[in-house]
Amino acid sequence: MRDKRTTADEVVGQIKDGMTVGIGGWGSRRKPMALVKAILRSDLSDLTIVTYGGPDAGLLCAAGKVRKLVYGFVSLDTIPYDPWFKRARETGAIEVLELDEGMFQTGLRAAAHRLPFLPIRAGLGSDVLKYAPQLKTVRSPYDDGEELVAMPALKLDVALVHLNRADKHGNAQYLGPDPYFDDLFCLAADRRYVSCEQIVETFDGPPQTLLLNRMMVDGVVEAPGGAGFTSCVPDYPRDEKLQREYADAASDLEKWPDFYERFLG
Amino acid sequence: MSDITRAEVCVTACADLFLGAGETLASPMGLIPSLGAKLARLTTEPDLLLSDGEAFLLTPESTVEGWLPYRKVFDVVAHGRRHVVMGANQVDRFGNQNISAIGDHARPTRQLLGFRGAPGNTINHRTSYWVPRHSPRVLVEAVDVISGVGYDHAVGPFHDIHRVVTNLAVLDFDTPDHSMRILSVHPGVSIDEVQKQTSFPLTADNVTETRLPTEEELDLLRTKLDPDSKRDKEVPS
Repeated sequence: MRDKRTTADEVVGQIKDGMTVGIGGWGSRRKPMALVKAILRSDLSDLTIVTYGGPDAGLLCAAGKVRKLVYGFVSLDTIPYDPWFKRARETGAIEVLELDEGMFQTGLRAAAHRLPFLPIRAGLGSDVLKYAPQLKTVRSPYDDGEELVAMPALKLDVALVHLNRADKHGNAQYLGPDPYFDDLFCLAADRRYVSCEQIVETFDGPPQTLLLNRMMVDGVVEAPGGAGFTSCVPDYPRDEKLQREYADAASDLEKWPDFYERFLG
Repeated sequence: MSDITRAEVCVTACADLFLGAGETLASPMGLIPSLGAKLARLTTEPDLLLSDGEAFLLTPESTVEGWLPYRKVFDVVAHGRRHVVMGANQVDRFGNQNISAIGDHARPTRQLLGFRGAPGNTINHRTSYWVPRHSPRVLVEAVDVISGVGYDHAVGPFHDIHRVVTNLAVLDFDTPDHSMRILSVHPGVSIDEVQKQTSFPLTADNVTETRLPTEEELDLLRTKLDPDSKRDKEVPS
């Protein structure tokens, strides 16, 4: 079996300007921050970022890496709004596709299933379709004739996810309460990279926690603390102090360069 | 009972949102709706399902009785056995809600959370709103961005905006054109005050006074659910 161990910088070396990059986790939970940091340090630009957004979205906007952001929300959970995402929106710095959370999942699932779209009710009647006129509806071919949103596939060039454990072949395990949508991100992407707290020979815990199998993964990065400052339970909770420092610095452009330098290390 | 606070009235008004819900997932956002849902479960609606806000369903004794990660929440949303109580940066005359952006969505004056699950919630199952500070800036004639779908944009078979609970009143849409009306004003609040704090005219026929919590509810709230009175910080008396 193949040994897929690699480094964050090698992963980012596989990403090209203009690519669509999906980032796993949810809000400020289990974000692949070690991989995100490697993007921040790179000279990549013009990325389309697809994310249930947390500080990954804000940081990538801060570094000018984002051409377009595809999201259902951006929030730091205990801090409702990400200041960098707000600034990017309020200054018109980024293009956006703002979706309902369920539409977002449905778009990933369509991509994962190699379908052009999947139907969903969410979005009808709301302004999602008004601000994304490229999204179309479809009528049920059956007797009900209901009109539904034809959510297009959210195809990813690259998926970046962070899990608790992985082996060198790309099997990977989550140990927290929620898998989020990391498996779907991997299935929707051409190239799939998982960072993890620890690379193990064999897995402890119920097999149902093995979220990713090696068919779904092209590279494995051992990155202890690699979700920090977002949560990666049970390995660690969110670092609320560091998150607060991030949000404070992000709100004050005079404080930002100092924080950013320390953050990138 | 003269020591009953406005926050406590709001909690029981939120608890009453779930009357008749049975085995339904209650998804309250924010402290007062959460206390309301927990109170309902301990009193009138013992069959309610409640999440810990992460991935577990919990009994009132905090025992895990189920697993509900986000992917399964989305299944419940589509399946429909859910009553969500969302917040609202803006809510309008026909129950449209905005948590996305203030101003023009292309370049907002103030970016908020985003659509989140509001479009899917409102098109799939019963939805209520909680507004801790009832003001003309929140209760607007028309929202800037439609996140949650109101009655004038409703489509499909499952749209059901139930009520709006605020720090001043309980409102619903049980009028011929589904525009907002005052169901009840909280004790000490006048209909005029509610109208003055609202940017559009409200129907105000047969307005009652929001009920007071019972002794049992007060006891549960004060000794078990919120002994530190966090509720009074969200809604000062």
